[in-house]
Amino acid sequence: MADDRRGDPAGATSPARELLSAADVTRTIARIAHQIIEKTAGASGVVLIGIPTRGAVLAQRLADAIAEFEGSAPPVGSVDPTLYRDDLRRRPARALEDTAVPDGGLDDALVVLVDDVLMSGRTVRAALDALSDHGRPRAVQLAVLVDRGHRELPIRADDVGKNVPTARDEQILVLLSEIDGSDGVRLRRSGEDG
Amino acid sequence: MKHLLSVTDLDAATATGLLDTADRLKQALLGREVRKLPTLRGRTVITMFYEDSTRTRVSFEIAGKWMSADTVNVSAKGSSVSKGESLRDTSLTLSAMGADCVIVRHPASGAAHRLAGWIDRDRATTGTHTSIVNAGDGTHEHPTQALLDAATLRDRLGGIAGRRIGIVGDVLHSRVARSNVFLLATLGAEVVLVAPPTLLPVGVDQWPARVGTELDAELPALDAVMMLRVQAERMHGSFFPSAREYAIGYGLSAERAALLPEHAVVLHPGPMVRGMEIAPSVADSASAAILAQVSNGVHVRMAVLYHLLAGAPE
Repeated sequence: MADDRRGDPAGATSPARELLSAADVTRTIARIAHQIIEKTAGASGVVLIGIPTRGAVLAQRLADAIAEFEGSAPPVGSVDPTLYRDDLRRRPARALEDTAVPDGGLDDALVVLVDDVLMSGRTVRAALDALSDHGRPRAVQLAVLVDRGHRELPIRADDVGKNVPTARDEQILVLLSEIDGSDGVRLRRSGEDG
Repeated sequence: MKHLLSVTDLDAATATGLLDTADRLKQALLGREVRKLPTLRGRTVITMFYEDSTRTRVSFEIAGKWMSADTVNVSAKGSSVSKGESLRDTSLTLSAMGADCVIVRHPASGAAHRLAGWIDRDRATTGTHTSIVNAGDGTHEHPTQALLDAATLRDRLGGIAGRRIGIVGDVLHSRVARSNVFLLATLGAEVVLVAPPTLLPVGVDQWPARVGTELDAELPALDAVMMLRVQAERMHGSFFPSAREYAIGYGLSAERAALLPEHAVVLHPGPMVRGMEIAPSVADSASAAILAQVSNGVHVRMAVLYHLLAGAPE
């Protein structure tokens, strides 16, 4: 659940334990790209759909990596699951994020859904509902940079950058240079403030 | 945001947030076969119109339906209003039925404010959370029209801050003008009003707008011009000698439209009286954004419903 560190820019500078360095993040993305290529016979018919905001950045990075290895990049888009969330009524209305489905649409595509952190699975559930309103993909797979456990729904990722056992009250901070100025993944304990 | 009664309740950040949400909703629905979002499932939205309307009422109804709210229409004709029920009783009845949102249009200025006051006082005893949206109250305000105009201008001009927007015509009777002046000023635009002196309200000098006297002199420096409808139904006196004279002084003819800069946008809140406040050839030209206003209206109203109803009650 990417929400755990959203709205927390202070996290970027706090003394949290490093799980992945910038170089690790680059290597991990390259590995996931290879896995996607392997599983999909050269990534033909693949459409990468990121979950904003950092999932969308990761989707673009994966596309760049696939282009580097295979010569051509798959279409990239983003789908904001906010309008499909099951916890909208529990918080004040949230701002919506970008939705951009590639021109070819999603019908009969092999959609790889991309997010930074997988936790409860509720964001992914909402994203799956959003996807099915945009078209009927041949199949949907899930790629995440970090799986931190604590699933609340029967959802698993097909490609995982790093499995991190966490306590519920810990926070995973995913930093990406496009948004945060540098790459990295950190773990922060609760009560540890910047 | 609990109610949407007046654009003066919106600061720049809130207004921009609503416009951003409208953009995102437009994106989310773009090119889809199924234009339906589950966001407001189980919410009840009632439109209560004491005045005739096509676009506002339909637009709110579509906005609610596209987000899966249950929408119910009440009009003064055919409801208990015609039996003499007061606005207060009608609205408290609708609130007691569990309406999450009542969208009200009323010929009396301030009607939506009064309604919100009654509902809020009633909340203490009944515990219901009903949001009120002002869909036009007399000559006072029409906040969602101003928001959809702002959305259209932002779209076409790339921004609103620093742009010069002319509002032309029957300012006196126009809630659209009033809402637009205050919202556009909040968003940093420079607003110029051009109207016959008889159709300017008392106290217009207190508005965040400049009053221009001659339309032809203003047009070359405008980024957008908003033509207002001449509200014959609200005119109980003679404000100008004849329709023809009005058209000569304040109508946007093709010759006049040619004075506008090339990038300028022509808006009209509708319904248009073609040939009087706007020439048909101008209304159908590429610089006119009149139909874009209508489609933006649905997305802006979806955004309003989203901000009022999707989150936890305040």
